[in-house]
Amino acid sequence: MKLSDCVRASVSSLRANVLRSILTTLGIIIGVGAVIAMVSIGAGAQSRVEDSIQRLGANLIMVMPGSQQQGGVNLGAGSRPSLSESDAVAIETRLDTIAIAAPSVRGNGQIIAGNLNWYTGIQGVTPGFFLAREWQLLDGREMTDQDVRRATKTAWLGYSVYTQLFPDQDGIGQTIRISRTPFEVAGVLAPKGQSGFGQDQDDVVFVPISTAKKRVLGRRSSFRGDDVQQIYLKVVSAEYVDIAEVQVAELLRELHQLAPGQEDDFQIRNMASFLEARAESQAVMTFLLAAVASVSLVVGGIGIMNIMLVSVTERTREIGLRLAVGAKRRDIRFQFLIEALMLSMIGGLIGVVAGIASATAIAVFGSWDVLLQPGSILLAFGFSAATGVFFGYYPAYMASQLNPIEALRHE
Amino acid sequence: MSTGPSRAADPPEPDAVVSTADLRKSYVVGDQEVHALRGVSVKIARGDFVSIMGPSGSGKSTFMNLVGCLDVPSAGQYWLDGTNVSELDVDALAEIRNQKIGFVFQSFNLLARTTALENVMLPLVYGPVPPRERKGRAEAVLDRVGLASRMDHTPAQLSGGQQQRVAIARALVNDPSILLADEPTGALDTRTGVEILVLFQELNRSGITVIMVTHDSDIARYANRIVRFRDGRVVTDEAVARPIDARARLAELPPPGEDEPVAQAEEASS
Repeated sequence: MKLSDCVRASVSSLRANVLRSILTTLGIIIGVGAVIAMVSIGAGAQSRVEDSIQRLGANLIMVMPGSQQQGGVNLGAGSRPSLSESDAVAIETRLDTIAIAAPSVRGNGQIIAGNLNWYTGIQGVTPGFFLAREWQLLDGREMTDQDVRRATKTAWLGYSVYTQLFPDQDGIGQTIRISRTPFEVAGVLAPKGQSGFGQDQDDVVFVPISTAKKRVLGRRSSFRGDDVQQIYLKVVSAEYVDIAEVQVAELLRELHQLAPGQEDDFQIRNMASFLEARAESQAVMTFLLAAVASVSLVVGGIGIMNIMLVSVTERTREIGLRLAVGAKRRDIRFQFLIEALMLSMIGGLIGVVAGIASATAIAVFGSWDVLLQPGSILLAFGFSAATGVFFGYYPAYMASQLNPIEALRHE
Repeated sequence: MSTGPSRAADPPEPDAVVSTADLRKSYVVGDQEVHALRGVSVKIARGDFVSIMGPSGSGKSTFMNLVGCLDVPSAGQYWLDGTNVSELDVDALAEIRNQKIGFVFQSFNLLARTTALENVMLPLVYGPVPPRERKGRAEAVLDRVGLASRMDHTPAQLSGGQQQRVAIARALVNDPSILLADEPTGALDTRTGVEILVLFQELNRSGITVIMVTHDSDIARYANRIVRFRDGRVVTDEAVARPIDARARLAELPPPGEDEPVAQAEEASS
């Protein structure tokens, strides 16, 4: 018996019971559709997290001063000015795993340009900061070591600040006032977009760290001399991030002359790993949902088996006749197997369409990040076909083992 | 035409299309052994028209199942067209059924929702005939049984007699060695039954061997020879001196409406 004969026989028997065929495949349709939708949502979330990490700067570690306690009152992170520029220099020069150590101070202030003004964050940084955070320049010139050494009154505007202050003119070379001090706009930074936590990362102004201390934030008593608020560390490559964290901690304890057992006076945060952990928990969630969805595939398979068994019973006489006119047992087995396979593959195909449609609907109406994965679509479809073969085999075998004499006598 | 038990493995007579030697079949029902056939030796010559008769339980159905290669004997030999089929396995028997045996059943056993043409093509699907030749062959046999104009009809659109003709066409499509008919007129009214017997006699005259099981001694006398079974043995095996001519009998029957459905036709003929 040829495959084409088999397919023709299967199609006609499936068409004889259209409603039943569709209901039978419903489990497979839902299973395949759900798996595809779930995996797409998971992949979308994953790619969003990877995007955030990329925007933050890859392999980035942040060091902040530790908390200060005054008479039992903990003033929280950064309340003790325990980090210094010399710490940053020591980390960069003494640790091979750290490519860049960029100290920074930050504050807020009103910025005035012509008749426009904007309240924003002001960050004093070194040229290394832009490298550590992989922050490109959109226009103007880069910050240099000279700017820092000479404490030049130059400013680099984040994209949001720039568009606020210079909505329709070129701001490069213009003068702005930060805390009443005139600064020259030396450059505009490329937009970074939102951070992984939904903050606008472009709403900031950068000035050389020396200038920031002297001219902008210096009047506040908490910044004296060498103190910094944050040190951005760029690790040479991703696999050294964990080691680098340990090395930085050891080095800082040594530099700060902390006795063993004494608490750290600094905090180390690895933003990427934090985001990754969140991504991982999302991935686990996605996996669980996909697992639940594939349970529905199995249930769908059982539905196919059930209907195929019914079909074998109903068509006992037909099987008897086919055996009488010369069908071999394997012909009968093949025919019913093809029928089950067609049921599951039709279900799989409809499921693929339903899955893509629902993933798209979720993307459009739920404004979620959805990323269709061709691999998962193929896998779900293949799994549906495998389900048909697996659950179709037993009914097909039952059919092939019928005794032709009894089958012909069956009422 | 011997009826007595003979030694196994006798070489078949060259002109015998069916030749059995001491054929036995027993079943185990519960813990009891039931002997359905107790040593049957029958030879049927090529081109013969034989009726198999006997009450239920006589073993005639078992004999037919064995002759039709639907079952295998417990003991004894069976040659069909020169092949010792009692030694073949399941797949080889399927091939024999496909190539050498044409079945006609009491209840037609046509596939519903399938046209007459496709029903007739069914045995070809399991044989060596290439797909492009199948339609032509099926059309030829449908023409031969007088249904050339109804090839695209499904069983539901055909009368009982026409359905049985489709079944006969299906039995003939692989050009078998024997036509095996099990109560072929059992589901038909008298007139339609006789029409089917006309067809059988015509086919037989053109050289086809026909073996027909019936419990109706009137129907049996359309054949050339009657073999009677009782208690698993052949009790009589005799030639019919003057077989009834179906065509002549048909002329004597009161004329009915053409192609009437079975139930109405039965009323009309009773």
